[in-house]
Amino acid sequence: MDNRQKEINNLKDYKYGFSTDIENIQAPKGLNEDVIKFISNIKKEPEWMLEFRLKAFERFKVLKEPDWQKPKFPKIDYQDLYYYSAPKSMKDKPKSLDELDPKLLETYKKLGIPLQEQARLNGIAVDAVFDSVSVATTFKDELTKQGIIFCPISEAIQNHPELVKKYLGSVIPTSDHFFATLNSAVFTDGSFVYIPEGVRCPMELSTYFRINASNTGQFERTLIIADKGSYVSYLEGCTAPMRDENQLHAANVELVALDDAEIKYSTVQNWYPGDQDGKGGIYNFVTKRGLCKGKNSKISWTQVETGSAITWKYPSCILKGDNSVGEFYSIAITNNHQKADTGTKMIHLGKNTKSKIISKGISAGSSDMTYRGLVDISSKAKNSTNYTQCDSLLMGNKCGAHTVPYIKNKNSESNIAHEATTSKISEEQLHYCQQRGLNPEEAVGLIVNGFCKEVLQQLPMEFAVEAQKLVGISLEGSVG
Amino acid sequence: MKEQLQKDFYNSIKNLNLSQKDIEIKKFCLDNFIDRGFPNRKVEDWKFSDLSQIIKNNIGELSFYNDQASTNKVDTSVFVDGLEHNKIVFINGRIEKIDFDYEKKDQIEIIDESETINEFKNSNSLSDLNNAFTNKCFKILVKKGYQLVKPLIIYHTTNSKIWSKNINLRLNFELDKDSSLRLIDLFNDTSEKNFLNIFYNFELKENAVLKNYKVDKFENKNIKYSFNNIDQDKNSISETFILSSGSNFSKNEINCNLNGVYASAFVNGVFSLNNDKHHEIRSIINHLTENTKSYQLIKSVLEQSSKAVYQGKIFVNSDAQKTDGYQLSKAILLNKESEFNAKPELEIYADDVKCSHGSASGSLNEDSIFYLMSRGLSYQQSRELLINGFLLDVVEKITDSEIKNLIKNMLGIKE
Repeated sequence: MDNRQKEINNLKDYKYGFSTDIENIQAPKGLNEDVIKFISNIKKEPEWMLEFRLKAFERFKVLKEPDWQKPKFPKIDYQDLYYYSAPKSMKDKPKSLDELDPKLLETYKKLGIPLQEQARLNGIAVDAVFDSVSVATTFKDELTKQGIIFCPISEAIQNHPELVKKYLGSVIPTSDHFFATLNSAVFTDGSFVYIPEGVRCPMELSTYFRINASNTGQFERTLIIADKGSYVSYLEGCTAPMRDENQLHAANVELVALDDAEIKYSTVQNWYPGDQDGKGGIYNFVTKRGLCKGKNSKISWTQVETGSAITWKYPSCILKGDNSVGEFYSIAITNNHQKADTGTKMIHLGKNTKSKIISKGISAGSSDMTYRGLVDISSKAKNSTNYTQCDSLLMGNKCGAHTVPYIKNKNSESNIAHEATTSKISEEQLHYCQQRGLNPEEAVGLIVNGFCKEVLQQLPMEFAVEAQKLVGISLEGSVG
Repeated sequence: MKEQLQKDFYNSIKNLNLSQKDIEIKKFCLDNFIDRGFPNRKVEDWKFSDLSQIIKNNIGELSFYNDQASTNKVDTSVFVDGLEHNKIVFINGRIEKIDFDYEKKDQIEIIDESETINEFKNSNSLSDLNNAFTNKCFKILVKKGYQLVKPLIIYHTTNSKIWSKNINLRLNFELDKDSSLRLIDLFNDTSEKNFLNIFYNFELKENAVLKNYKVDKFENKNIKYSFNNIDQDKNSISETFILSSGSNFSKNEINCNLNGVYASAFVNGVFSLNNDKHHEIRSIINHLTENTKSYQLIKSVLEQSSKAVYQGKIFVNSDAQKTDGYQLSKAILLNKESEFNAKPELEIYADDVKCSHGSASGSLNEDSIFYLMSRGLSYQQSRELLINGFLLDVVEKITDSEIKNLIKNMLGIKE
């Protein structure tokens, strides 16, 4: 085998598919009040937090698993999952990075996030979540100087209860849908960000999620609050080891932007997608919602979805403040037997609100991709506008691409424009590239990257490079 | 409602000469309907128009029994002037007249199909209701190679004799090879608060051409549901135009199956609504084989607190390579109370296709009004000019010039 072939094969395999052999502490299998108390207890949570969880669990008991989505999946046995799993060495939290379990550090190094080096060199503050707990946060000192709080949410519950109490559940209430409610009951860790008034966060904040233990669900919760006039850019990356069984990931992300604040939330999701025959992989059922609470606030979602067996999520914006802006940029790539049902909701409540949706879907192999979105302009949202564009690219005739937009306009002074196209890569384009010496796969990669450019441009630099590579890798083997 | 349904059902079948087997089939459909009731917003296809609620608010209790024994007098004054045409006249749901005076008698066959249950490719409960209560059903067969000289107008007339009634109609059409039919459905209601449930089935053989114009223009307080199923063979063309304006509530569903290569379907619609009317068009175009084409254009002008809904779906099967599918919906909201909802959907399983949809809604462009006013028109005139131009776009898509003029006159559009 020549070197080039080897290189391609390396790329083709899911390179984050290793698992780390670390001793774990797990909650007893199953879902009941005792498990919730166990989680709350081990996290040394105050009484109000436990109440929050139990209230959600009460609600969860009467909810039914939704079944309207396009990708169907075998019924999940919620009693057959571990709801808490943490590396043993994390039980007494290490004080600094030096005290971290070397095995953990090694894992993150393999993933390309050397926490220690990053703390010194790179300008990105990282919070890493391993299974159920947050293991390390870098750059703490510098952020604290500006009054920025960036820490695991379990820490925030103890150190900043007034903020958490005020905002947790304010965007995604405990009475929301099935998976969000499940998360509210059993969430284990995640990131908490608070940007004080008038502060522009000097660096990108980033969380890295990893599911390691088998049979666990990961339920993290992220809460980002941008106070008046502040700005923050937040990145999220995800990986998981290769396992034959499906793993559940049901996170909740809540964003709150007050007057004149701006939050930019970028995700590169590369959970294990299952093997070529569709065995294994992560079920990525995530609830992400942002509330533009104040005037002139802005929330922007950017996502690159290449992993997961099933992706089912709709990062949404509630545009409550006057003049607020919501944006959604998405690339979803499905290959082999992957399925994705993703899109956004833009709910216009305030006057002069604007939203923009750019969605690019690419499906190859035997995969299935659905864009599902809602644009709802209420009767009070005078002078609002929305622009939606969703394009799909199909490769091969075994895959599917679907668009299901819901458009509701209740205001005569508002404008909505929606466009969608579906097509394939044209022979002419391929021919042109190949004529200039690219092989078919490179040619497809180039064309696809061009197709996605509008979205890739929205990503912060470091992520954009990674995402561009991911786009290429995800489509390996889909041509010819 | 259950007792009422059962009572009316037994009253209805008493008057019909049905075999035991047919009664059982009808009974089966009735039970299905009783089980499910009128569709409500929990059913995805009825998300924007909760029929169950609408009937409750507008009509209250419905009765389902219709006395079909006595004939109604055909009022000739409703007939369209200035256009020679064949006629089918329904009065209060009863067929009073079938007249193909302009055609060769041996080329058109009218077959009584009252005994056969229609297998509509429609999963909603209204098809069960229709099957349970329709008592006369005809199939109109246009024979091979025959093209009707004059259009056929179906008059759907209701008068004040009926009140709070449900009327179920069914008609089947078969267009044999190389035949063609122009069909206008004209609704003419002087009744109030009834629910009309109409099912048509069209079968288009090779090279057949169907042009169907549904005109609901006259103000009335009825609630209508109409379902067209169109099966198309090789090279056939179907053109459907819907003018949705008069009724209190109306939902038109078009289900089109492009089964043969080079078959094409066109669906165009105009919503022109005022007061608190609520209308919907839902179209499903199934591209089932290669080289098929569909085109849809829907435009709405909404005044006062009216509400229009457009749900359009293009489905492309994995065999249906080289499909060309296009869909566009545009709406002008003239009042802050008016509302436009759309769900333009694509479901695509083949890669070598060209499918797109667009949807836009908003207010009348103030700049355009200013432009016209600066040239001496009044505000009202400029507004009318712009709205006419907006709607004319769809009307111009009508391929039959005689009928195009008829509809233009009805809409009051001048060129």
